Amino acid sequence: MKLFGSRLSTPALIGIALLVAIVGAGLLAPWIAPYGETDLVGDVWAPPSLAFPLGTDNLGRDMLSRLLFATRTTLTVVILSTIVAFALGVAIGFLSALIGGLIDQLISALVNVIMAVPVLIVALMVLAVLGTSVPVLILTMGILEATRVYRLARAVANGLIVQEFVRIAALRGEGWRWIVWREILPNAVPALVAEFGLRFCFIFLFVASLSFLGLGVQPPFADWGAMVHDNTAAINLGGLAPFYPAAAIAVTTIAVNLIVDWLLSVHARPAGIKE
Amino acid sequence: MHDHPLLDIENLVVTATSGTRLVDSVSLKLERGSVLGLIGESGAGKSTIALAALAYSRPGCHITGGTIRHGGVDLMELDEDARRAYRGARIAYVAQSAAAAFNPALTLMDQICEGPVRHGLASRKDAEAHAVELFTALDLPDPARFGRRYPHQVSGGQLQRAMVAMAMSCRPDILVLDEPTTALDVTTQIEVLVLLRRLIRDQQVAALYVTHDLAVVAQIADRIMVLRHGKLVEEGATADVLLRPTTDYARALVAERTAARSAAFEVEDKRPETVLVLDHVDVSYGPKKAVSGVSFSLSRGETVAVIGESGSGKSTIAYSIAGLVSASGGEIQFDGGDLPPGHRERDRDTLRRIQLVYQLPDVALNPRQSIGEIIGRPLTFYFGLRGEARSARVGELLSLVGLPVEFAQRLPGQLSGGQKQRVCIARALAAEPDVVICDEVTSALDPLVAEEILKLLHRLQAELGLAYLFITHDLGIVRRIGHRVVVLANGKMVADGTTAEIFAQTDHPYIGKLIASVPELDTGWLDRHLQERTAS
Repeated sequence: MKLFGSRLSTPALIGIALLVAIVGAGLLAPWIAPYGETDLVGDVWAPPSLAFPLGTDNLGRDMLSRLLFATRTTLTVVILSTIVAFALGVAIGFLSALIGGLIDQLISALVNVIMAVPVLIVALMVLAVLGTSVPVLILTMGILEATRVYRLARAVANGLIVQEFVRIAALRGEGWRWIVWREILPNAVPALVAEFGLRFCFIFLFVASLSFLGLGVQPPFADWGAMVHDNTAAINLGGLAPFYPAAAIAVTTIAVNLIVDWLLSVHARPAGIKE
Repeated sequence: MHDHPLLDIENLVVTATSGTRLVDSVSLKLERGSVLGLIGESGAGKSTIALAALAYSRPGCHITGGTIRHGGVDLMELDEDARRAYRGARIAYVAQSAAAAFNPALTLMDQICEGPVRHGLASRKDAEAHAVELFTALDLPDPARFGRRYPHQVSGGQLQRAMVAMAMSCRPDILVLDEPTTALDVTTQIEVLVLLRRLIRDQQVAALYVTHDLAVVAQIADRIMVLRHGKLVEEGATADVLLRPTTDYARALVAERTAARSAAFEVEDKRPETVLVLDHVDVSYGPKKAVSGVSFSLSRGETVAVIGESGSGKSTIAYSIAGLVSASGGEIQFDGGDLPPGHRERDRDTLRRIQLVYQLPDVALNPRQSIGEIIGRPLTFYFGLRGEARSARVGELLSLVGLPVEFAQRLPGQLSGGQKQRVCIARALAAEPDVVICDEVTSALDPLVAEEILKLLHRLQAELGLAYLFITHDLGIVRRIGHRVVVLANGKMVADGTTAEIFAQTDHPYIGKLIASVPELDTGWLDRHLQERTAS
């Protein structure tokens, strides 16, 4: 099987299969889930049975159904946050490197100030003030994570700007758009792809921890992080309830990284060399 | 043991993982006190053979056949531990780039003593004493304290000598020298060559000397092996190979060096139409003046060569004309009008008319754009060519620089160094410039490939009436293509005149030294040069 003209490795195929299954389960949730997202259908923390394949949660809702519905909210929030983080971080990082001088210093100083405060504390403050709606959640996490992406994008662009082919483009009189889109971006892709995989996982865990703290996706809607939070007490009773959403988080991050590893192995090869 | 030669390699075969034979059954013998020169262009397998003398191959390569006998013992039959006892102790290696071979975080003494101490040949104290002796023998400044310095605290030539001291630290029988002077200036190269030759004679070691420069090997080697594509082309005593080469390839190599000694074409000094005038140009990087008060002019169809040692400011001049750095004083006039100092202040047409070709074609081409895109972009950008018209013009330009039209589809990674440099030239020509600035365009290329590039540039000048500003440290190139020469030293202009005038000034202290330092294709040149130096 081929993708972008390169053969897929076995781990990449596994990653893609997992991700397709997870996204598919999320999309088809209303049809394949045995019960509704918020329906109280059984006892509290009922063990797995034929009626409830994964048992029930702390309020007696079906675990499998909630897990399926949670896929939608969790993935939407995480993917949108990652996109916001990359759009902002790469754009500002590249421009900062390209303009240089005082503006670069100012932007970098501002980013450092934001980074100096632990993200969780900033997020807690912002969400406490602005309320915990989904758009606010996405923007907050996107902006906070963009600071990390900015640092990488700026460093990569700084390394590329001094390359002679970029100087030649500048000497030709090319505008910044051409230089960013055609000269710098294609050569920055490997580093950015690697960062995307990492950042995706960090944001995933970030959403989970915010939900765990009660500031993420709000009840009664399901979210994997919040589900871990809601069901933690089951650990004391020997129940498996918090394990399922935690496993979902783990499997998704692993699947994404399997694909990213493959993308990297393709892009890290010197341009023009085929296997 | 006396019956065996010191090093006896027979039918050596080195294969890459991909299956290509890098070295194809090459045999060589080395006796005590003799120097064997390995000559060839890059990819000829000369470094691979040199490393194989240590029974070592680079990652991705394997020694798949032949014997490597050291005093009668076949290293290939020993296990890795036994081989390690030979490496460094009996056979030592000197790499091309000393700056990259030394660990920047340790003092020179630490690194030089590491070999003898780790091999258990000497105590640290004895090793240090021996190192100081070697520093003295290698004419290093303040030998007793030299070892306390870190690699970045000494000059390139000194570091290369320290590397020789490191190789000699275990008193090896065989030295493997892999292009030890290639990264050095002509004047520094002589110092290192003289010391190496003395050391080899005094210590009675045998040496393998790898280089692509015939004139250098002529000074130091007793015998020469010419290699190409991993095969032996010609072998013989140095004087025989240089004076009476028997194969076409060896003849071409010798002819290339001989051509460097004499002007290859008629240099006319007509100066019809001046395009570029520099008037007392100063350039500074911060408070430091890199170049001050440089004045010269360039006419259509003319080549002006700017020469000097590294650090003399010759590249800075090129960048200030291109607009990459802004001149801080003086004036640059282009085609009758003032040229704004920075490229951002210049209009598109001015930018189009001055094109720059860089030294290293590998980094001057965007690795993720096809050759067609690279050459086509200036066509779209300056002339608005698109689609069919653009591809047709790209094809014309590729043919003009002697590349097949199909290359438009390829990526830079699929081209050789010489082909990439041709693409860089085609990109510059796409802009239909008046002036082309060539910044050491041939110094990263093999001699025969460089020769082809020079011929190409010369042909293009005749066809298109281009004016070249040629930045170089290679005086052979200047003789062949320069109409006029500007000589720089420490950022100041030392001389300016026609090529013949400049090369006649052998009594000028700086120019004389530059000219005299270029090795000649003659086994006695180094001795004569030393005599002349002591006499004067």
